[in-house]
Amino acid sequence: MPTGKHAKGKTVSRRRVLSDAAKTACGVALFGLAVGLYARPSRSLPADAVRPPGALPEKDFLGACVRCGLCVRDCPYDILKLAELGEGVATGTPYFTARSGPCEMCTDIPCVPACPTGALDHTLTDITKARMGLAVLIDQESCIAFQGLRCEVCFNVCPVRGKAIKLEYRPNKRSGKHAVFPPVVYSDDCTGCGLCEKACILEEAAIKVMPIRLAKGELGRHYRLGWEQKQKAGDALVTPDPEHKYNLPEGLRYDHSGRGLIADEPAAPRTGSALDTLRKGIREAR
Amino acid sequence: MSAVIEKLGHDAIAAKGRLGAHKWLILRRMSQLAILALFMAGPVGGVWILKGNLSSSLFADTVPMTDPLAFMQLIAAGHLGVASTAVTGAALILAFYLLVGGRVYCAWVCPVNIVTDTAHWLRRRLAIKGSARIAREARYWMLGLVLILALATGTLAYELVNPVSMLHRGLIFGMGFGWAIIAGVFLFDLFIMKHGWCGHLCPMGAFYGLVGAASLVRVRADNRAACDDCMECYEVCPEPQVIPPALKGERRGGGEASAAILSGACTNCARCVDICPHDVFNFGLRFPAAPAGRRQPQLIGTARHGA
Repeated sequence: MPTGKHAKGKTVSRRRVLSDAAKTACGVALFGLAVGLYARPSRSLPADAVRPPGALPEKDFLGACVRCGLCVRDCPYDILKLAELGEGVATGTPYFTARSGPCEMCTDIPCVPACPTGALDHTLTDITKARMGLAVLIDQESCIAFQGLRCEVCFNVCPVRGKAIKLEYRPNKRSGKHAVFPPVVYSDDCTGCGLCEKACILEEAAIKVMPIRLAKGELGRHYRLGWEQKQKAGDALVTPDPEHKYNLPEGLRYDHSGRGLIADEPAAPRTGSALDTLRKGIREAR
Repeated sequence: MSAVIEKLGHDAIAAKGRLGAHKWLILRRMSQLAILALFMAGPVGGVWILKGNLSSSLFADTVPMTDPLAFMQLIAAGHLGVASTAVTGAALILAFYLLVGGRVYCAWVCPVNIVTDTAHWLRRRLAIKGSARIAREARYWMLGLVLILALATGTLAYELVNPVSMLHRGLIFGMGFGWAIIAGVFLFDLFIMKHGWCGHLCPMGAFYGLVGAASLVRVRADNRAACDDCMECYEVCPEPQVIPPALKGERRGGGEASAAILSGACTNCARCVDICPHDVFNFGLRFPAAPAGRRQPQLIGTARHGA
């Protein structure tokens, strides 16, 4: 143990060293807290920002993207952008906005191999397998196809044509005699490229690419659809219901599949007046 | 000291001329601007030599380069399946700085250096006295924090605010409000703390400092016998604490210290080489330990521990 004057000097300097270290550590920790808290909200991608094809799920992506912009450079259509400080997207990470510049779905996907870290998954080689987001026909009130007008622009620009967006048809209740052809998106085939959102003729697109986490519902894992199970098993898994019997007059049947009440033999043609029929009835009764 | 500041560099200019007394400074600025220009030649002029930014880039469409600290953050964030190009890139960059000096990154490449050097120059011109007291070691805490943040958040959290990558990326890809952070660094260095950011806080500087502790090319005081204690090198050096062991040549516990500045904190900026009218300093390797002609064989092997 040091003693005397020498020891005293040493104690003071040790105290100073310790307090300096504590000060530094506190300052750095406070800075870390601020950055950490700032990092929390920036983990969620704004709904109108779309990641390039092959991007890992958002949280993994933010831990894998080195913010170099090589994907931006290799995009031949120049649609990608590195987020700037103050935008909703994590600073320096690449994204595109479907309405202003959608992914043109290059078949060789040059942006993906450009990524040096694998934040864009290099195993993605077929662009139709990309899932950048999911198109959602978000506003049926404004979409003119729902008004019975023949638009179909989104259906026609879709690069997975006829699969990702299909036109259904329904009766047009307003006119009573025409059809309505609403576009319907199928998530099995939609890549989220955003070409439909870009092409939508409205002032504000009625069809929009949304992050899959926002756009997609999910059935409870325990849930089974009876007809699918039946198909898998080749037979119903429960005892089939006995066919319902109707107590109908002779010669009449009931068809569930739409035809309704059916008379096997057409009734004898009615002739004469109502009075004859009545008399005939009385005669038969005797 | 104020007399020294007033005529700072006059002796060097008298001895070597204005150009000779700023040779390395000019080369350094040219290097910093040339690297930036190579990155910007693509987007601005369509000449693609260097693609990307300092975080990761591709030279001539073949050679990958990745910042090793950014790479370490990827690992800390749990992204273990890093593609081989980033591994190759980080190894190349690490090897390069092990060769030329770790903080050569700070003095010869980093764009923030121009900002903080300008702040320092202005600070001297405006004779701003007083400086906040933060330990130089704070940067190593910052370095630890950067990795802990990556580990804790699973993202490259520090890269959200890192002024170094933000300035470089911003100049090439668009800055947004990034200017505010750069202005903050400038004003901090100008009014609050001398050599505040680069010399005390920047975790990238800390990282490259650790690399520099083992790197080959060093500033040496081979001609230290000619030193007349004018103190101008201390005045211009951004890390003046690194000079005495090499310049004074004294080792703790006796013996002669290496003439090489062995501390990793030295940025190889060579301002000391420029400012010295007697050419005490020069670039060299970390070996031999003692100045040529005065070498003491028994000390060569221990030179590494001199600093």
